Amino acid sequence: MKELFYIIAAISVISAVLVVSARSPINSVIALVVCFLSIAGHYVLLNAQFLAMVHVIVYTGAIMVLFLNIIMYMNLNKASEPRKALLTRVSAVVAGGILFLTLLGAIGQGLTAPPANEFDGSIGLVRSVGTVLFTDFLLPFEVSSVLFLSAMVGVVMLAKKDKVTKEVATADLSPAEMERRS
Amino acid sequence: MTMGADIITAIRVVPLEHYVVLSLLLFCIGVAGVIFRRNTIIILMCLEMMLNSVNLLLAAFSAHHSDPRGQVFVFFIMLVAAAEVTVGLSILVMMKRNVDSVDVNQLNRLKG
Repeated sequence: MKELFYIIAAISVISAVLVVSARSPINSVIALVVCFLSIAGHYVLLNAQFLAMVHVIVYTGAIMVLFLNIIMYMNLNKASEPRKALLTRVSAVVAGGILFLTLLGAIGQGLTAPPANEFDGSIGLVRSVGTVLFTDFLLPFEVSSVLFLSAMVGVVMLAKKDKVTKEVATADLSPAEMERRS
Repeated sequence: MTMGADIITAIRVVPLEHYVVLSLLLFCIGVAGVIFRRNTIIILMCLEMMLNSVNLLLAAFSAHHSDPRGQVFVFFIMLVAAAEVTVGLSILVMMKRNVDSVDVNQLNRLKG
């Protein structure tokens, strides 16, 4: 059990590093899918079965396919991305490392709070999560459907081809950009 | 011991601190990635990774304290992340169409 946790943790960390370091966007997406699947494995280890299912369906099934679709649509599968200056890249790694050390120091004393409730292995099952969702959190659940509706309408408005917007955007370009395009 | 009983005892075998350290690692890799890369798609993916590390932390604490409300919160974060990703990707489509690039450095016109 313990070894399984460390193996899955290593997979998630390595694939997370690959997401950042891969040259091609497609490789990044594949690495992120592996990372998400390993997080689903963590949910299974925590016996959060409902979360594991929803995570695989929503993230791996919907969101990552959306990312792949956009990359295919926009033909972004080129590793021609201009890289940032060496100083920026080094400072990004240093900033991430320092943030990690700071947060690690914050929990350095250890988590001393004892468990709030008596141990119950069945809290992650669909029955218990669903009961809480439809009793204590019924209003937020309904409000989230309104959020989805507004997100859907907003996305359609944003991604729709709009002639006026395009003309304005072209008029706004610098001369060098215009020359580059023509 | 059956497999089911094995799985139920997982949170009791692995210390909670190890879950915290794992989530911290994933979160900090996400932060470094947002600063590191210029491709907007990769930046969006790093944001997703940071949201997921918080989800994992919430689920671990929820299992440790045996309180299903933490897992309901994870569910809501997933809902919001799904909505956020669609809006972010549509903005990216618009940016690609108008500026013909997915480089975030092209979006500095709001600096004034």
